[in-house]
Amino acid sequence: MKLWIAFCNILAKDMRTYYLKPPNISWGLIFPLAWTGMFFIRSGDQFSGIQYLLPGVVAISILFGTTSMLAVAVTFEKKQRSFERLLLAPIPLEVLMLAKTSGAILFGVANAFVPVIMAAFLTDLSGVSWGVFVPAVVMIAVASTFMGLFIAVAVSEVFEAQTFSNFFRFPMIFLCGLFFPISQLPVFLQPLSYALPLTYGVDMLHGSVHGNHSLPFMLDLSILGAYCIALFLLSLRNIRKNWIA
Amino acid sequence: MNHAIVAEHLSKRFDAVEAVSDISFTVDKGEIFGFLGPNGAGKTTTINILTGLARPDSGRFAIDGIDCTERPAKARYTIGVVPDESNLYPELTGFDNLCFCAALYGISKSEREPRASELLERFGLKDAANRRFGGYSKGMKRKLTIAAGIIHNPEILFLDEPTTGIDVASARQLRQLIAELCTGGTTIFLTTHYIEEAERLCQRISFIVSGRIVKIDTVESLLQPFQDRHVLRVACESAPHGIEDQLAKRFPGLVFHRPRTETISIEAESPIPAGAIVHFLEEQNIEVFEARRIKPSLEDVFVRITGIEADAMSMNNKKGVGS
Repeated sequence: MKLWIAFCNILAKDMRTYYLKPPNISWGLIFPLAWTGMFFIRSGDQFSGIQYLLPGVVAISILFGTTSMLAVAVTFEKKQRSFERLLLAPIPLEVLMLAKTSGAILFGVANAFVPVIMAAFLTDLSGVSWGVFVPAVVMIAVASTFMGLFIAVAVSEVFEAQTFSNFFRFPMIFLCGLFFPISQLPVFLQPLSYALPLTYGVDMLHGSVHGNHSLPFMLDLSILGAYCIALFLLSLRNIRKNWIA
Repeated sequence: MNHAIVAEHLSKRFDAVEAVSDISFTVDKGEIFGFLGPNGAGKTTTINILTGLARPDSGRFAIDGIDCTERPAKARYTIGVVPDESNLYPELTGFDNLCFCAALYGISKSEREPRASELLERFGLKDAANRRFGGYSKGMKRKLTIAAGIIHNPEILFLDEPTTGIDVASARQLRQLIAELCTGGTTIFLTTHYIEEAERLCQRISFIVSGRIVKIDTVESLLQPFQDRHVLRVACESAPHGIEDQLAKRFPGLVFHRPRTETISIEAESPIPAGAIVHFLEEQNIEVFEARRIKPSLEDVFVRITGIEADAMSMNNKKGVGS
């Protein structure tokens, strides 16, 4: 019960302090809207093309919404030493970091549905397999958030967190099959695509929206899950090594 | 079991720097234990080890009878920590900061809200309860940070430089609050570079220099060897170089120092002939402004034991050199 109180309050504080701030809400809305508008307009009159663009736009919205927010929030708190207060609390590090990341995960999931809502007005989404789509969105949000955590632990300045995030994010846009299939990439780049977690989440999204996917859903989900666990454990290890030295 | 803290042979090295070197001490339950030393002496590193923010390279320590060397988190409900910087959340109000800190210890809403209000009242921050912490003055920030450190009623409170950088009135208020906490049964581990503060508040004091503890004792015992010494301090216009040698020749048996150009300090085992010294200085055309007998203080003890001038230590801290 005590841990639950601590968990909920860390989550509520982060939502209030970072994620539900008006500039952030507008960023969370405008950013996916801009991506959505840009790609959907590009698809011209062929509104059926929206269904092929939607998975990529959803993935990019989550990726950008979560990684930078968490990396900046954690780096900022570390910098002003309020993070020490959390480390001194009687909370296991695993629970503490889950509480810190859950706000970003929720923010990422919310971001994902901005393009979905927009697409619902433009095309028929009745064929979407929501049973696959929703777990894919959640898992992409978790993986992206944990990637943000990994970045936050690796840097010491807020601007470094932003720069380092982009180092991972921008290649992912092209390498993870967001807007064109991995099979169309040069052969030497394809192994790199399969080394990135977003590839598996995007494969699930494509499968759930228009049926084209390359791996079984359960395999995608398992690999994504393994990435999440690995990134989280690696981040915890780095926190113990670098911040409680 | 009377010890709140037991530290045995703790050492900690950061690359080439030995921050803490083989230190051992105990802190009794209910006492204010002062950890006194210049910047970079190892005070904050020691607190970080004892609170679990740093791991010792060697040695053991126990908090409230619990061996925390391997698992410092075991004693976290027992301790409260006030770091040397006020590190609450600038976006939250004073009241919300206290409630959040209480929630970190699993305290329910029905308990934490009255507790936060009580502490705000006690620390004189009631009127600022709904203002953002970021807008507080430095003194208010320190007070709220201390309030956050005791929100869960810890048995042991670690206070790292609680009065550094705040005005005299706020520092005085804080010292009063610290004394009240001790009266209420809280054990306090206080690091400071203000010697007077340590002398006023602490029952026992440890001097730490370059990561090593050079002396631990009660304030009375530390002062005892100095009680029979007589000290006279003469404030005068800038005296010429070598005046202390002339004085020593004229007044054999007295020891003369020049801590500053405008001050001559005289020490002796027997009463000092103040009038004769003043007269001698005036004969040398040195204008004397004041001659004052000085009661031996902890500052004298510190200077004698560590060889570090207390003024130099304070100046260093004001400049914020090192940590």
